[in-house]
This record gives sequence, C-alpha cells and structure tokens, in this order.
Amino acid sequence: MPVRLLSFLLLLLLWEAASTIAASRLLPSPQAVLSVVGAEAASGALAFNLAATLARVVAAFILAMAVGMALGVAMGRSKAVDRFCDPWLIVLLNLPALVVIVLAYIWIGLNEVAAIGAVALNKLPNTTATVREGARALDRGLDEVAEIFAMPLKIRIFDVLLPQLAPYLAASMRSGLSLVWKIVLVVELLGRSNGIGFEIGTAFQLFDVTRLLAYALPFVAIMLAIETFVVQPIERRVSRWRPQHA
Amino acid sequence: MLDVKVTRKALRTAAGQRRTILGEVAFGLKSGEVAAVLGPSGCGKTTLLRIIAGLDRDFEGEVMLPSPRKIGMVFQEPRLLPWRSVRQNLLLAGGVAGPVLDSIVAALGLAAHLDHYPGELSLGLARRVAIARAFAISPTLLLLDEPFVSLDSALALRLRAELVALVEAQRTTTLIVTHDIEEAVALADRIIILSSQPGQMVADKFIETPRLAMTPAAAAQAKIEIEALIAEA
Ligand SMILES: Nc1ncnc2c1ncn2[C@@H]1O[C@H](COP(=O)(O)OP(=O)(O)OP(=O)(O)O)[C@@H](O)[C@H]1O
Ligand SMILES: [Mg+2]
Repeated sequence: MPVRLLSFLLLLLLWEAASTIAASRLLPSPQAVLSVVGAEAASGALAFNLAATLARVVAAFILAMAVGMALGVAMGRSKAVDRFCDPWLIVLLNLPALVVIVLAYIWIGLNEVAAIGAVALNKLPNTTATVREGARALDRGLDEVAEIFAMPLKIRIFDVLLPQLAPYLAASMRSGLSLVWKIVLVVELLGRSNGIGFEIGTAFQLFDVTRLLAYALPFVAIMLAIETFVVQPIERRVSRWRPQHA
Repeated sequence: MLDVKVTRKALRTAAGQRRTILGEVAFGLKSGEVAAVLGPSGCGKTTLLRIIAGLDRDFEGEVMLPSPRKIGMVFQEPRLLPWRSVRQNLLLAGGVAGPVLDSIVAALGLAAHLDHYPGELSLGLARRVAIARAFAISPTLLLLDEPFVSLDSALALRLRAELVALVEAQRTTTLIVTHDIEEAVALADRIIILSSQPGQMVADKFIETPRLAMTPAAAAQAKIEIEALIAEA
C-alpha cells in the first residue's frame, strides 16, 4: 500500500511539474482542477451530473447482467437455443459500440431508453458468453439431487444454480462495470443533455481542459471506489465456501 | 409398495449402435421391506436405481412407487452442495430441524460437523452426510447406491449397524445396491441377484433369519447359498 501511495503522489508531482513547465491553458495544474471541482461541487452541478451518469451505469449494468444471465443459462443448457442464438451473439460481440449507440439513437430517438438500451446491448454479449461457459460446466449430478429431493425453484436457483455460476458472474460483473461506465460517457456525449459525458463534450467544444478533468476525475474515483468496495467484496463473498489454499 | 418391471434398457453408443445395458428385472417390495441388489461391476445396478428413482425415463417397462412419492437417495458419490454447510445441506434437501433430524445426525456421528463445508470432510464423513440427507426427509422409499464402498471395514460395519437401526426405526422400504455379499446378508430381507453385463435378474432370494437376529453361522450359510446362486447364473 505505501508503494501504491508513493506512486500516486509521484504522478501528481509529475503532473504539477509538467503544468508548471508548459504554463498552458491546455495543461492545468492539479490545484486549478481541484478548485473547479470545488466550485462545481458547491453549485450542485457536479453531484447532479454524477448522479445522472451513475443512474445510467446502474440501469444499463443491471439490464445487461439480468438479460445476459438468462440468455447465457438458456444457451449453456440447451443445444437448440445455443445453435439458434449463437450467430446473433457473434454479430453483437463484433459490432462496434459506436455503431450500436448511433443506431439506437436513430431508431429509438434521442432518449433515455435508447441511451440505456445501447449501453446494455454493448455489455450483453460478453455477459452471455461468460455465463454460457458457466452453464455448460454445471454439475448434472447436483441437478439430479435437486430433482430427487424435489427442491423448490427458489432453492434450485439460489442454492444450486447461482453458486455454480458465481465465479462466472463475478468475472463478468467486474469486466462489465468498467466497460459500461466507459460506454455510458460516449452515449452521453452523443445524445444526452446531462451527465459526465455531456459535460466532457461541452468542455471539449470550449477546449476547457480544466473543466474536462474536473468532471472526469471525480467520476473515475467513484467508479474505482465502487469496484473496490462493492464488486470485490461480493466476489470474495461468493467464493467464501472454497477451501482456503495456503 | 414398490413395483419394478423393467424389460430392457438400451443406450445408443457413440458409434450409433443400440447397446442393452440392463435386461429383464422385475420384483416388488412390501412396505418396510429391505432388499439388496447384488451384481458385478458394470452390470447396471446404478442404471436400475436411476430408473426406479425416475431420473432415467428412457427404458422399456414400468415402475410403481410407494405413495406418497418421497424418495431418499444416496448416490454412488456423496453429491453434496459444496457451497453450503452440512446443516444447510440437510435442511435444503427437505430435512426438518427437530428431534428426528437430531437423532439421525447423532446416529451418524455428524453432530460435530454440522457447520463444516463438504470440502472440509473426509469421504467417509461426506458419505454419512449423504445418508443423513436421505433419511432426513423421512422417505417412503430409500435408495442407496453402494453407500459403504471404500470405507475401512470397521467404519463400514458401524455404519451398516446404524443404517439398520434407522431403517428399523422409520420402517422405510429400502433398496440397497452393493457387490458385497456379506453386506447384503447383514442388511436385507431379500437379495436380488443380477447377472453380469447386461444385468438380468437371475434370483430373488429371501433371507429367513431376520437381520436383527442374524448370527455368524446363519450369515455364513446364507452367503454360501448366494454364492451358489451366482455361480449358477
Ligand atoms: N451414459 C452412458 N453411456 C454409455 N454407457 C453407459 C452410460 N451409463 C452407463 N453405461 C454403461 O452401462 C453399464 C451399466 O452401468 P452402471 O453404472 O449401471 O453399472 P453398475 O452396475 O452400477 O457398476 P458399478 O458397480 O461399477 O457401479 C456399464 O457397462 C456402463 O459402461
Ligand atoms: Mg454403480
């Protein structure tokens, strides 16, 4: 940890030094960025835009995880479904994010549904592919146990199915969150009138790097915090039953 | 009442041919009766249990289960949920917390392991949990697939005695698969003998001496008779 902290401080120091040498509007000092962060926070604009973006991240993430999981389980368990859906999956996996976003805006309109749907659709195929791997590896023997003991659906899902899928879900959650929050910014830049992406777009038009960083950095910090304090603990929790290896 | 009439079970092999893996097997069990299925490895004993349990429906014949249909099954491997503790494994399968479950847990020596996860148990302990799980639901039919194989003989003997006690206490109709003649004699009222692959029923032998009154001499005599039946097959 001290090494990480040291490395982080060094980065700040380098930034500071570079901005002093460049003495340009295009490379503001950390203090300048911090003071804009302070001003935007005081006016409430920062919180408002952060909330808008986070809400989109959460909605798109949940949508993609839920649909991707259902589809992945269906494809992993049934050869017929797998054969049918596989070509779609391959197309989606290889469609550039930008194409999906632009098409969604054109076909659905410049609204929230299109924005969130486009982000979810970008994340969907790799959740599906990952969960499908998990569903293919499901233990048939445990299914038979569930059948013999006539376990209710709730137990079959939460005590038999999900624990087996947990490592795959955790993997797809982690890669998913970082993918989703990056794409959300693009969606906002192209077709929304609030959110971090929108603010970054405005700052770009004004060539206002200070403002750009003042919005980007707090957002990155929050996403890192979510990853560290929410996603990773969940990951540890689901693998708690595994025998601890030295 | 359990009524089993299997005429044939065939499988399609990887090469595309149909291969019979179980021939004609027909028998009935009265309520509370214990039968042992004896047969060489690969003759189709597990297949027969799976058919009776309803896990395999692709066979010729029919099976009538005791009602209400409540099957406790001990698979050839323990098949516990590795991510749930022993206690949760028992409860999730339908065991009800209470004195009955406590006595089953005590009889199988599991009281100290209720909070352990299956990965922390030895194979012998995991087997016992699987047996407890099957008993915990107070089944109307108990199916056991070689539950004591690969345990040391002292432990196998002890568990056998506990199984007898539990079966007597609950008066459960029981079918136990084994390839150990002595085990079959010690546990069962009846012994169903299957021929080697594909298994076909060659004898359905009644053991006159009740299992609780079994003496070494009677057991040895029964063993000789069964060996003769197997040699005939
Ligand atoms: N899914 C399968 N595909 C092909 N062959 C199978 C399959 N399942 C079982 N068999 C074959 O069917 C036969 C009977 O198998 P089964 O497992 O019922 O034997 P068993 O009597 O229980 O043997 P053991 O005493 O070794 O447990 C074996 O020859 C086995 O190879
Ligand atoms: Mg077997």
